Amino acid sequence: MQIKRKAKKKVPPINASSMADISFLLLAFFLMTTTMDVDTGIARRLPPPVPPQEDIPDIKERNILAVSINKNDWVMVNNKPMDVRMLKEEAKNFLSNPFNSPDLPEKRMDTIPALGGLYEVSKGVISLKNDRGTSYDMYIRVQDELTKAVNELRDELSKKEFGVPFTSLKEETKIEAIKRAIPIAISEAEPEEY
Amino acid sequence: MSKFIKSAKKEVPQMSTSSMPDIVFMLIFFFMITTTMRQADPLVRTTVPEASQVEKLERKSLVSYIYIGPPSNKKLGNESRIQLNDSFKTLDDIPDFIMMEREARDEVDRKLITTSIKADQTVRMGIVTDVKQQLREVGAFKISYSARKTAHE
Repeated sequence: MQIKRKAKKKVPPINASSMADISFLLLAFFLMTTTMDVDTGIARRLPPPVPPQEDIPDIKERNILAVSINKNDWVMVNNKPMDVRMLKEEAKNFLSNPFNSPDLPEKRMDTIPALGGLYEVSKGVISLKNDRGTSYDMYIRVQDELTKAVNELRDELSKKEFGVPFTSLKEETKIEAIKRAIPIAISEAEPEEY
Repeated sequence: MSKFIKSAKKEVPQMSTSSMPDIVFMLIFFFMITTTMRQADPLVRTTVPEASQVEKLERKSLVSYIYIGPPSNKKLGNESRIQLNDSFKTLDDIPDFIMMEREARDEVDRKLITTSIKADQTVRMGIVTDVKQQLREVGAFKISYSARKTAHE
C-alpha cells in the first residue's frame, strides 16, 4: 500500500526568510509613490467685507501707491506706466521713505520693545487694482514683486537689528517685532460692478 | 580569577535576521500613513504661475483647495471653470463648500483653515476676484495663491 499515509508527519516550519524581501518590495513601492511635494504659494489675508454705507477712510495722497494692471497686463504706478521689474524698487522706496521726502509716506511712532522702543512705521499703503481681464500670471508677478519689496525691507531691518536675515530669525518676539515694523501694507481695491 | 578567562575560539553566533521584517513593516506603515493620496482628480488644467517669494503651506490637513482653470477635457471648451472636490461647481457653491470644509475640521482648527487658490496661469482675474469676494463674504480670510518657486535664484 503505497498511498498509506504515515501517521504523525511533522509539519515543516514555514520559511520566513523571504518575508523581508516582500516587505522591502512594498517599502520601495511606497517610498517611490510618496510625493513629498510641498505646496507653496503667496499667502495673503483678505479684508472682511465692508458694509455698503461705510465711509471710506481718508488717506492722504502721499500715503498711497496706486498700482493698477489693465486688461492688457500693463502696469501703471501712480498713473505712470512702469515695467514690472521696476516695481520692487519703487515699492521699497515708497515703503521705507529713506530720506523722509515730503512726496513719500508719513511715518508714525510705534512702541516695539524688541526693536528698542520707538520705531517709525510707515503709513504707506500700496493699493492694488486689477481689471477683470488681467491675467492671473501677471497678477501673481505683481504680487510677487510687492512681496519681494516687503521681504527685502524686513531682511534689511532684521540684519541691522539682530544681525541675521529675517528668515533665519527663531524667536517669535523678534519675528513679530519685524512684522509689526514693516507690515504687508497691500490693499486691494473693491471690485467694481459692471 | 578563573571566572574571567575567556574560552579560546568562541564561535561568533549568527546574527538573527528574524526582526528584519518587523523593522521594514514599521517603515512601511510610516510611509503608508504619511503618504497623502491626492483627494481630487483634476478636471481642470492648473499650471500655477511662478513666483520667487513663495511660502510653504503649513499643515496640509488644514488646507482646502479651489481649482480654477480651463477644463482638461477639450470638448468642454476653453472657458475657465471652478472645481471643488471632484466636480465642476459654480461661484454660488463656494460658501457651502467652505462650510463643509469647516465642518470636517476640529473646532479648534477652524480658524486656521487656509484656502489655497490653485489657478492656471492663463486664467483671467475676473473669476479669481469673484472667488475672492465669495470667500470674504463667508469669512475665509486666510488664502494662498498657489505658485511654484522660480527655478533660478
